[in-house]
Amino acid sequence: MNEIKNNTDEKGHISVRNLNFFYGEHQALFDNTLEIVPGKVTAIIGPSGCGKSTHLRVYNRIFELYRDQRVEGEVLLDGENILSTEQDLIELRKRVGMIFQKPTPFPMSVYDNVAYGLKLHYKLSKGEIAGRIETALQQAALWDEVKDKLNKPGTALSGGQQQRLCIARALAVEPEVILMDEPTSAIDPVATAKIEDLIEQLRNKYTIVIVTHNMQQAARVSDYTAFFYEGHIVEYGVTKELFTRPKKKQTENYITGRFG
Amino acid sequence: MKERSLFMRKLNNRIIAGLSGFSAMLGLFILGWILYTVFLRGFMAFNASFFTELPNPPGMSGGGLANAMLGTILLTLLATVMGVPVGLLAGVFLSEFGQHSKFARSVRFFSNILMGTPSIIIGVFVYTLLVVPVGHFSGYSGAVALAVMMLPVVARTTEDMLQMVPSALRESALALGTPRWKTTLNVVFRAAKSGLITGVLLAVARVSGETAPLLFTALNSPYWPTNLAHSTANLTVTIFNYAMSPYEDWQQMAWGASLLITVGVLAVTLLTRFALKEKKVKN
Repeated sequence: MNEIKNNTDEKGHISVRNLNFFYGEHQALFDNTLEIVPGKVTAIIGPSGCGKSTHLRVYNRIFELYRDQRVEGEVLLDGENILSTEQDLIELRKRVGMIFQKPTPFPMSVYDNVAYGLKLHYKLSKGEIAGRIETALQQAALWDEVKDKLNKPGTALSGGQQQRLCIARALAVEPEVILMDEPTSAIDPVATAKIEDLIEQLRNKYTIVIVTHNMQQAARVSDYTAFFYEGHIVEYGVTKELFTRPKKKQTENYITGRFG
Repeated sequence: MKERSLFMRKLNNRIIAGLSGFSAMLGLFILGWILYTVFLRGFMAFNASFFTELPNPPGMSGGGLANAMLGTILLTLLATVMGVPVGLLAGVFLSEFGQHSKFARSVRFFSNILMGTPSIIIGVFVYTLLVVPVGHFSGYSGAVALAVMMLPVVARTTEDMLQMVPSALRESALALGTPRWKTTLNVVFRAAKSGLITGVLLAVARVSGETAPLLFTALNSPYWPTNLAHSTANLTVTIFNYAMSPYEDWQQMAWGASLLITVGVLAVTLLTRFALKEKKVKN
C-alpha cells in the first residue's frame, strides 16, 4: 500500500488496524487494516455479504445499537482510538456523519430536518440557524428545489431529494468524515447522477467513505478503492490502478464481472 | 395421468366462498341486531332529565343517570392518566431498550398473561389491595382496576407500533449524534404517533365498557361523584343493577345507559380511524 500518500496532519484521517467483527459467534470481518486518506473519496466494493457495510458501520460505532455485535482491533480517527470505552459516542458521531441506503428523512419539515442535528450540537441564534440551513442545503445541491417548501414534511420530497436532504442534514453538523452506505441503491439513475456530482463537490472538504455495489460508481467517484471479499480486504489502492491493473486475481475476477 | 376435474374444483371454490361469506354475514347480522335493539330500546330512555338528573327510586317517574355518566368519564380519565404513561414507558422499554433480554422477554410474557386475565379477577385483586384495607368502596380503586386493565394493552400496542418504525430511521438519528432518549422521543415517537394514539384510544374504549372490575371497587352510587374516595356512580354497574331489577323504569334506564356506552365506544373507535387516515394522507 505504498502508493497511498498520507498527510496525517489533516483532519478526518482514519486508520483501521487489525479490525475483527463478530455477529454473535459468526465472524464477519478478518484483520482489516486500512488507511483512509483525509479529504479524499474512498470506495469500498465487493460482492454482497462481503462485509462492506459491516466495516463502514464500525467507523461511527452505529453497530452498537445491536446487542450481539462486537468488534476487536483499533480504529484511529485523527490519532485517537474511537473504539476505546472512553470515546464519547455523541462527540464521535458529530465528527463522523452517515448516509444510509434508503433515504431517512425524519417525520418533520424539511427545515427542521436540517436544523435537527445543528441544534443538537451547537448553540445558535435563529438567524444563524437559518443561515447554516441554507448553506447546508446549497452544499447538498437541494436549495433551489426546496427553498419554497421548507415547511413541507421531509417525506413529501422525491426519493432523490430525500437523500440529498439527508446529506444536507449530515453536512449541517460540519463533520470531518462522511460515511455513505450504498447511498444511491434505492434511487433512480438521474437522482444517482446528482448525488455523484455532489460527492465530487464535497471532495477535498470532507473525508468520504462510500460503500457501493456499483463498480462503475466506484470508478467514477473515488480516489481510492478497497476490494472486500468474505470479510478480508483483498486489495486496496488508487482507484485507477485497481481498476486497470489489479494486483490480485480475485480483484480482477470481480471487476471483470466473473463473479459477484 | 388422470386430470383433476374442473367441475369439482369450481364447486369446491363456490362452497368455500359461500361458507365464508355466510359466516361474515352471520357476524354482521348479530352485530346489527344488537345495535338495532340497543338503539331502539335505548333511544326511548333519552330525554332531558336522563342526561341531567340524579336517579329516582323505583316507581317514581323521571330522574336520570347524569351522575353515572360523569362518574364513568371521571373513572376512565383517571385510569387513563394512571395507566397510559406506565404502559407507554413499558412499551418503549420493550421495543427500544429491553429487546431480547431475559427481563424484557419475561415482561412481555407476563403482560400477555395480564391481557388474558379475566377482568373480574383484576377487580377482586384491587378489592383486596385497596378496598379491604380502607374498609369501603372507592372511585380511586375503580380507576386503579381500570388502569391495570389498560396497562398490558397500551404496553403491547406501543411496542408493536415502535417496532414498525424502520431501524434505519433510528440509526440515522443516532448517527447524527442524537442521544438515545432524544431519538426515541423526537424521531421514533413522532414516526409512530398515529399508531400510539390509536393504541391509547382503543384501550380507553375497551375499559370504559368494563363492569366486572368496578363491581368490587367503585361499586355504584345514587349521588354525584363528588368524592372519589367513596363509592362512585358509573354507567356499567348501573346497567348491571338496573337491568337485573324488576322495575320497568329502571330497565328502561339500563337500555339508555347501554346505548350511551355503545355510542361512546363507537365514537372513540371512529376517532382512531380518523387518526389513522390522517397519517395515510401525509405519507
